[in-house]
Amino acid sequence: MGIRVDGLSKRFGSFVAVDDVTFDVRAGELVALLGPSGGGKSTILRIIAGLETADAGSVSLEGEVVDEMPPRDRRVGFVFQHYALFRHMTVEQNIGYGLKVRGVAKAERQRRVGELTGIMGLRGLEARYPAQLSGGQRQRVALARSLAPSPRLLLLDEPFAAVDARVREELRAWLRRMHDQVGVTSIFVTHDQEEAFGLADRVMVINRGRLEQDGSPREIQDEPATEFVARFIGESNVLEARVQGEDAWVGALRVGLDQGERGTRGGAAARLIIRSYDLKFWHAENGDSVAVVRRVVPLGDRVRVEAAVDGAGPIFAHFPRRSSLLHGIEPGARIAVEVTRARAYPVEAP
Amino acid sequence: MARSRAKNVLPGFGLTLGFTLLYLSLIVLIPLAALLLKSTSLTWGQFWGVVSNPRVLAAYRLSFGAALGAALVNALFGLLLAWVLVRYSFPGRRLIDALVDLPFALPTAVAGITLTALFAKTGWLGAPLHALGIDVAYTPLGVMIALTFIGLPFVVRTVQPVLEDLAAEREEAAAMLGASRWQTLRGIVLPELAPALVTGFALAFARATGEYGSIVFISGNMPMKTEIAPLVIITKLEQYDYAGATAVAVVMLAISFTLLLVINLLQGWSGRRHGEA
Repeated sequence: MGIRVDGLSKRFGSFVAVDDVTFDVRAGELVALLGPSGGGKSTILRIIAGLETADAGSVSLEGEVVDEMPPRDRRVGFVFQHYALFRHMTVEQNIGYGLKVRGVAKAERQRRVGELTGIMGLRGLEARYPAQLSGGQRQRVALARSLAPSPRLLLLDEPFAAVDARVREELRAWLRRMHDQVGVTSIFVTHDQEEAFGLADRVMVINRGRLEQDGSPREIQDEPATEFVARFIGESNVLEARVQGEDAWVGALRVGLDQGERGTRGGAAARLIIRSYDLKFWHAENGDSVAVVRRVVPLGDRVRVEAAVDGAGPIFAHFPRRSSLLHGIEPGARIAVEVTRARAYPVEAP
Repeated sequence: MARSRAKNVLPGFGLTLGFTLLYLSLIVLIPLAALLLKSTSLTWGQFWGVVSNPRVLAAYRLSFGAALGAALVNALFGLLLAWVLVRYSFPGRRLIDALVDLPFALPTAVAGITLTALFAKTGWLGAPLHALGIDVAYTPLGVMIALTFIGLPFVVRTVQPVLEDLAAEREEAAAMLGASRWQTLRGIVLPELAPALVTGFALAFARATGEYGSIVFISGNMPMKTEIAPLVIITKLEQYDYAGATAVAVVMLAISFTLLLVINLLQGWSGRRHGEA
């Protein structure tokens, strides 16, 4: 018995924040809502929590419809982006608050707080006030606080956005470990792809209030369901092309299309989306060359090569740092281009 | 937490501190010192005789008692007013927001005369209250109402910005943890507002102890009953008893200063506990 969200819609004035979103989360799953800022992810989370009311649709937790239930009765934990810790309470009081307001006896409260400070690595900080903690510690207190009353569902709204990159890594590891240990069904919102793919069992891509795709991290990356997902995930070339037979042409560059590339017709304009790792460049001065190198940018373990296709615009690809293909690739060099995988989408009539 | 004692990056500390002290001396300390000096023209016995006079003691009681009562009423209803102004949007909110400051702008004598007319036994509000057996004008209750009127903006204006800053997130967090509205208000919101509320209370109280203009009309100035300490001072001045007037004033000053100091210390203590997270 997990969570079911059915036909959820919400507008703020004329702005459609959530548009007919339906999904299920199985018990014990860790799911990411991924999408650009302002796309409605947080609103979905707040509706599930009961902090917003939906205009249409329904939310059920463990088979029970909770649409009319006030937030405090839903037994849902919520972790806010900016921690929302109680400043006048110590770490211990913060974590124990949810038990205290429910009338849990002091001894039991202390036992539970002790357990959670252990799991979250907060031992020794019990008597501190939030002002005396680092950002990472504060978010761990927030996480422990939301877990203390043993919620049936944990919601996290951009939980790691307010801390710096190194601490974020550490917090992700805490969250994953906590999830594996406690096993609470969890949904977190993020705009960070790496975070979604690295942490979640399943990812739902949300854009403009709509659920674009619901799948495993591999499915989202390799089989994007919509043009939006194809563009949003990873780094891609977005190229205007003309389709002729089984090929698409981008200036002088020919790109072979898989059979049944949806919706593209011969002679029609199409938009090609090619991932940075789905094309190869190599040095070629002969008739194979279709582009000229503009920039070669080392980026840690990989190299970004930017080129200009004859008769068309810029194109780029990523190579491993020591790749043999990089021989002779320097600004001004002529290159051949091979596209191993491309997705074509019809261009809507203007 | 201790503030950093490290060298300040902003230059001009010496100059600005010097200016601050000079300014404070000219505007506050020198006049107060002159007051103290004048009162020393009395012997200890004379001084004690003036300030322990039953009429003067009654005036102190009324001044501080009514000021305390008014400040408490203002703390309660000022908080409520600030809450409504911050948390709800309704037609006329801006207008009400502007109205809050009026007691600052109105000459206090005008306020006093208006309140007296309203609350006199024949006034719009005084007549129905008199029918219920409650007299306001020319009683300590009237003094308290006048002081409430002039002190209202202090609490609203100190609590309002804090309330605006108080993210709704903390209240939502409390609700998600299972707290009722009342538990959230008592356990989360009030502790966050307490420092600002205490400041507003202190300001309203300080303002009320020194108030003169609005009270002389509504109190009726009956010795032992509705005579406030500032009026006692004025009366002594009119009788050319300057030393006696300053003696009464010095005691008022001492009491006010002690109370404000205690409130400030309380603030500092709670500020240290809460930090700025």
